[in-house]
Amino acid sequence: MKSLWRFPFTRPAAIFTLVFLYVPIIVLVVLSFGAEDSIARWSGFSLRWYAEVWDNDTMLRTIRNSLTVAVFAMLFGTAAATMAALALARGTFRGKTIAALLLGLPLVVPEIVAGISVLLFFVLVGIRLGITSIILAHIVFVIPYAYLPIRARLDGMDPALVEAAADLYAPRWTAFYRIILPLIWPGIAAGATLAFIGSLGDVVVSYFVSGPGATTLPVYVFSMVRMGVTPVVNAVSTLLLAASIAVFSLSYLVSRSKG
Amino acid sequence: MTAVWRRAALLAPSLGWIAAFLVLPLCLMAYVSTLARGPMGGVDWNHHTADAYVQFLFERDLMDRLVVNTDYLRIFGRSFALAGGTTVLTLLIGFPTAIWMAFQPPSRRLLLVFIITVPFWTNILVRNYAWILLLRTGGLIDTLLRASGLSNEPFSILYTPLATGIGLTYSFLPYMVLPIYVSLEKIDRRLVEAAFDLGASRWAAFRRVILPLAMPGVMGGAILVFVPGLGAFISPELLGGAKSMMIGSLIQQQFGQSRNWPFGAALAFVLFALVLLALGAHQLRYRREAR
Amino acid sequence: MFVRLAALAALALPLLMPQPARAQAKELLLFNWSNYTSPALLKRFEAETGIKVTLDTYDTNEGMLAKLQAGGAGYDIVVPTGPTLKGMIRDGLVQKIDTTSLPNGKNIRAPFDNPDFDPGRAYSAPYMWGTTGIAYDPAPLNGGKLTDSWKEILEPRPEYAGKLAMLADMGEVYYAAAFYLGFDGCTDKAEEGQKILDLLTKQKPQVKLYSASGTIDRMASGETLMHHMWNGSYHRAQVKKPGLLYIYPREGVNLWGDNFAVAKGAPHLESAKAFINFMLDPKNAAEASNYTGYNNAVTGSDQYLNDSLRNDPAVNMPADMVSRLRPTRECSRASLDLREKIWTRLQR
Repeated sequence: MKSLWRFPFTRPAAIFTLVFLYVPIIVLVVLSFGAEDSIARWSGFSLRWYAEVWDNDTMLRTIRNSLTVAVFAMLFGTAAATMAALALARGTFRGKTIAALLLGLPLVVPEIVAGISVLLFFVLVGIRLGITSIILAHIVFVIPYAYLPIRARLDGMDPALVEAAADLYAPRWTAFYRIILPLIWPGIAAGATLAFIGSLGDVVVSYFVSGPGATTLPVYVFSMVRMGVTPVVNAVSTLLLAASIAVFSLSYLVSRSKG
Repeated sequence: MTAVWRRAALLAPSLGWIAAFLVLPLCLMAYVSTLARGPMGGVDWNHHTADAYVQFLFERDLMDRLVVNTDYLRIFGRSFALAGGTTVLTLLIGFPTAIWMAFQPPSRRLLLVFIITVPFWTNILVRNYAWILLLRTGGLIDTLLRASGLSNEPFSILYTPLATGIGLTYSFLPYMVLPIYVSLEKIDRRLVEAAFDLGASRWAAFRRVILPLAMPGVMGGAILVFVPGLGAFISPELLGGAKSMMIGSLIQQQFGQSRNWPFGAALAFVLFALVLLALGAHQLRYRREAR
Repeated sequence: MFVRLAALAALALPLLMPQPARAQAKELLLFNWSNYTSPALLKRFEAETGIKVTLDTYDTNEGMLAKLQAGGAGYDIVVPTGPTLKGMIRDGLVQKIDTTSLPNGKNIRAPFDNPDFDPGRAYSAPYMWGTTGIAYDPAPLNGGKLTDSWKEILEPRPEYAGKLAMLADMGEVYYAAAFYLGFDGCTDKAEEGQKILDLLTKQKPQVKLYSASGTIDRMASGETLMHHMWNGSYHRAQVKKPGLLYIYPREGVNLWGDNFAVAKGAPHLESAKAFINFMLDPKNAAEASNYTGYNNAVTGSDQYLNDSLRNDPAVNMPADMVSRLRPTRECSRASLDLREKIWTRLQR
């Protein structure tokens, strides 16, 4: 790496970002090993909150629901967003602005309005409330999160490459798979990640469109507020962090070994 | 298949989905905003009124006259300012971070994307509580500042708008960093190298090469931070101490304790119109510049 | 790879469709606040009756109500607070169960057996009840004590100014101010509302924050020295930090109570009745109280309460405080609007 690449301030800024992002996470993780039922004080090491997660069937069920919803919402949302980004990246056509605005619409609607209106709609057209209804709603709300990074990736990309891919007389699918996909892959990865954490963290929409037995972890955690949030939430969060790191390391190793 | 049809086919899933599961429900909600409120929340489906929209700007005084009420405008103004501030802060921190990420060796970049987003696997409530522990008087930052002798004053920014801003900046940072990063990542290094070879200063290289490439990412990131930032309610309540209301809490309140669904719906559409106006203004300017 | 994953996901989606619920299976769909019923107690109920409990949770009465009103619920049991329940009965969102005809129905203690929101307990059974008062740390007073008045928090002494917190609950804040000024908690008079607003506006600079969450930690850690607080939260705070005190202000104290009720169209009516009956058993009610820190309304449960709970006057209320209680009522529309206007103006 040549020193030429180094723009001043970028390294300190990156270090600041990492510290900024991780200091609260360290606090949160440390407290998950606390002995007291307080998320504000430390008094000795204990694993009681992890035991409590293990014993709490409702919590385990909501974790499973949350992960299921986030994975499906991410997959469908990112697929739809990728297609939309490909359609909108090139050329101008009538309705382009409207299409772009529609794709951004889910960001503008306040969560509670979205939650209640989608619930009213589901009830009206007779969609059963359950895990599936949460996934249906989440797909809508993750589309812009996936779309914008992919679109940013496509914008200003060497048009010749995309044109070449489009003009190849090889089957269109192959051209897409061999040329375009690798080119926009970082955008898709970033978009999918944002879609995933967006879905995983959603409270309000999930609350309204869930059915019996189908609520998600954030909904469960929010309803703890009245009786007091205990470090059991820190323990769950730590477990999810560990799981995400494990999954990532595994896929990293696998992709490495494949060469 | 013609280009038009191909384009339509590509757009169909996302736009169809949004139309079916958001636009249609919102039409229902637009209808709700023209109804009279139900006695216990909910709505009276048989009575139409424009009360909800009138209420945004006017109230009835003791003599039952309509007088201007600026409460809601102030809440809207504050939310726009806070969301704007958050956008600026995330940009200030996120832009250089994204540049740094984009110039890392390719094998490390995916890892960095992961590192930026992993904190958000944790629950938003405990994340905010962790910030309370850091920011409060007698908390970690306060203790550190005093122990290091940097400050003797008690550190007390918790329960101020600044604390809300920090919380929002934290929550939205990845939504700024990643779009900028992906638009820079595709940079042709030879371009920057050539710029330097031609004797360009770093500043010139930044202005001529990096900035134009990053612009789509900056725009995307700004939308992803600013617009949802307007409706944020968790950080303002926990870190801001719920002392000054935001649009998010105000709308939440209409569907909750105030039991005024039509007004809640009307507020959402006013917000929607304002955002549309802001985006539209941006589009116009963008077009003029392109000309 | 991504495409393949998406295709796989599309194939798997139908598997997630909920199985049609078998009517009257040995199942119970409970909609409640989380951590409001001990998991151990729920497990015992499952073991004793063979009914499987599925718990979903909500964070406010209004959130629960909104979901039921939109028609998207399908739960058996909900746990509304008194005035909310009254509206639900009127709107036909809950069904009649004649609680007193249940085997344990006779255990309901007076006056909880005949509340104004559900006369004769035709629709509901009482669960936890509590009061909203003032908790404080007497340390800054050097051995002194505060008077038993809302004045202490609404017009605080310098020792507590800037170190106190109010509940972020427009109803509770409104009641406190109204009671202190000698008004009805459901007042709808504009001039009284103006006085309430003036009082709260004057108090605001002294308020560190408005929040209904994390109250226990704030008092236990000393982050605040005074808190507008629910008595059960106070109880759990003083277990952590002995010496904290609780005031039942003499001008009036909000008395609230949560109730089990069976939703209209509940798929498992018999399971719901079995659960309510189970929770009215003195031993089970006491176990619930020991878990939540709030008192219950079941005769004979006292003997099973923890000592710390039984000896805490904030939970086990002294008889001479009864006259100060003001049970939460359903306020008129005009009163609710006034309350909302004041709350919004306070925070604009």
